[in-house]
Amino acid sequence: MITIKQLSKVFQTNSTEIQAVNALDLSIDKGEIFGVIGYSGAGKSTFVRLINRLEEPTSGQVTIDNQEITSLSKKDLRLSRQEIGMIFQHFNLLWSRTVRENIMFPLEIAGLSKQERLKRADELIGLVGLAGREDAYPSQLSGGQKQRVGIARALANNPKVLLCDEATSALDPETTDSILSLLVDINEKLGLTIILITHEMHVIQKICHRVAVMEDGSVVEKGNVMDVFSHPQQPVTKKFVEQVMGKPDDELADESILNQIDQGKLLRLHFVGETASQTTISQVAKKFDVDLNILHGNVKQTQSGAYGTLFVQITGDDKEIGEAISFITSTSVQVEVK
Amino acid sequence: MMSQLFPNVIWSDMVVAMIETFYMTLLALLGTFIFGIMLGLLLYLTSPGGVWQNKIINLIVATIVNVFRAIPFVILILLLFPFTDFLIGTLRGPNAALPALIIGSAPFYARLVEIGLREVDKGVIEAAKSMGAKTSTIIFKVLLKESTPALVSGLTVTAIALIGYTAVAGIIGAGGLGDYAYYYGFQRRSYDVVFMCTILIVIIVFIFQFIGDALTNKLDKR
Ligand SMILES: Nc1ncnc2c1ncn2[C@@H]1O[C@H](COP(=O)(O)OP(=O)(O)O)[C@@H](O)[C@H]1O
Ligand SMILES: [Mg+2]
Repeated sequence: MITIKQLSKVFQTNSTEIQAVNALDLSIDKGEIFGVIGYSGAGKSTFVRLINRLEEPTSGQVTIDNQEITSLSKKDLRLSRQEIGMIFQHFNLLWSRTVRENIMFPLEIAGLSKQERLKRADELIGLVGLAGREDAYPSQLSGGQKQRVGIARALANNPKVLLCDEATSALDPETTDSILSLLVDINEKLGLTIILITHEMHVIQKICHRVAVMEDGSVVEKGNVMDVFSHPQQPVTKKFVEQVMGKPDDELADESILNQIDQGKLLRLHFVGETASQTTISQVAKKFDVDLNILHGNVKQTQSGAYGTLFVQITGDDKEIGEAISFITSTSVQVEVK
Repeated sequence: MMSQLFPNVIWSDMVVAMIETFYMTLLALLGTFIFGIMLGLLLYLTSPGGVWQNKIINLIVATIVNVFRAIPFVILILLLFPFTDFLIGTLRGPNAALPALIIGSAPFYARLVEIGLREVDKGVIEAAKSMGAKTSTIIFKVLLKESTPALVSGLTVTAIALIGYTAVAGIIGAGGLGDYAYYYGFQRRSYDVVFMCTILIVIIVFIFQFIGDALTNKLDKR
């Protein structure tokens, strides 16, 4: 749906040239939540701003729904931008307007009548869960509420794409989660394509379907979130995965302690996606005459199921244990007997 | 009591002088507002990174603004004599003071407008652009709207400077309290008249300050 070809941006400063985005190729499917992660200065913001041409590309192409954004005239670009919503780290609301008036602003730009604007604003206020606060000014809202206004405003003209530049980076963890689930909600309800920029891997882990890792203006790794999590290739990707999964070395240290258990067997269960795997443990407990004792682990929920490792002590009859293990093997969960 | 303290004050003349001061201040303020906003916007929009980024126009406007701000008001009045004569047809009375008052204070206000516009969050302008806003929408609905409190408080400061200018303009016979204080007070050694004019001018200044502050507070939703 969105195709990006050889997209580059060079900033000219007095003394030097900065290659902020370097010959970037990407294609993003309709209805997916596509994450772009990278450290500060990697060129993420520049990249996302090239998509709606808040920054003019030095070279390359951006195509959305067969419309080549990069070749549009100024006037056509303005019309196209109404179909590309954008939310920002610092919300960027008009503080002189109330919540409702802020949401009505893009509708004024699109030339809707006052009646239509009020009606649409009320729908959006409901959608983002701000009912009752419509007459408040941004200064009277919390960060999370401000971002909800930002989201409502971005959705006002029924865009095809939503661009999010560090939309949760100024929020506390709890508020971040609520904004992320609002984004998932919108993605599912409206089938909206979302491009999400962040420097936090847990944001990718929680809501993205696919991810691209950026470093020095280039995409160094991309793929399904689950694949990137389970087989990170680049050093920078490995670091990001460690952000949420912890260091593999820690696990090894723990393992040596776990090895000291005297009864039964120690199993290392590795979850890689698929929602069914979450119930595996309870199924084993029900089906077989064994006791399960979860000792240690780290499992994260992603958009395509659970990912992570659990260490489980399994005790009982040897035969039952054997059957339980072969049952687990038959599921998508990988087992290692220690 | 009042006639003992102010034996030489003719109250009906005082009222006329006060109305003239109000008249000059308000009309000059209106002109200053219009030209100041236009110049301030031009300064802001043509500055580096602005919507109409243009070094040459920016330099020209900035030079005009700086030159007129540098000329002392008394000299500006004298300098503008031919222009005023041509425009108003007379050199006396409140109307004759208006060109000098406006030309003297508009550049000052233009700088305050520019500062106010700079205070508008760049991110908000960017957000408006991302929604497909035209430049005119950005100017009227974002820049001017978001900076309204700064524009009003700047106008208050300018109004008070203007009241001072109207008094100076009195020396060349513009009418108003400055004129009255000079010709009917100072020149006739009636210091009670000078003193009364002072009190009234201070009251007018306070009125403008009060209204300006109240308005700014009401408009400021930050
Ligand atoms: N307007 C600009 N002028 C010059 N350099 C810029 C500009 N915007 C961004 N850059 C540079 O481009 C690089 C990428 O920046 P950015 O896209 O903001 O990275 P990120 O969002 O990943 O932190 C940085 O080196 C930054 O300094
Ligand atoms: Mg950034």
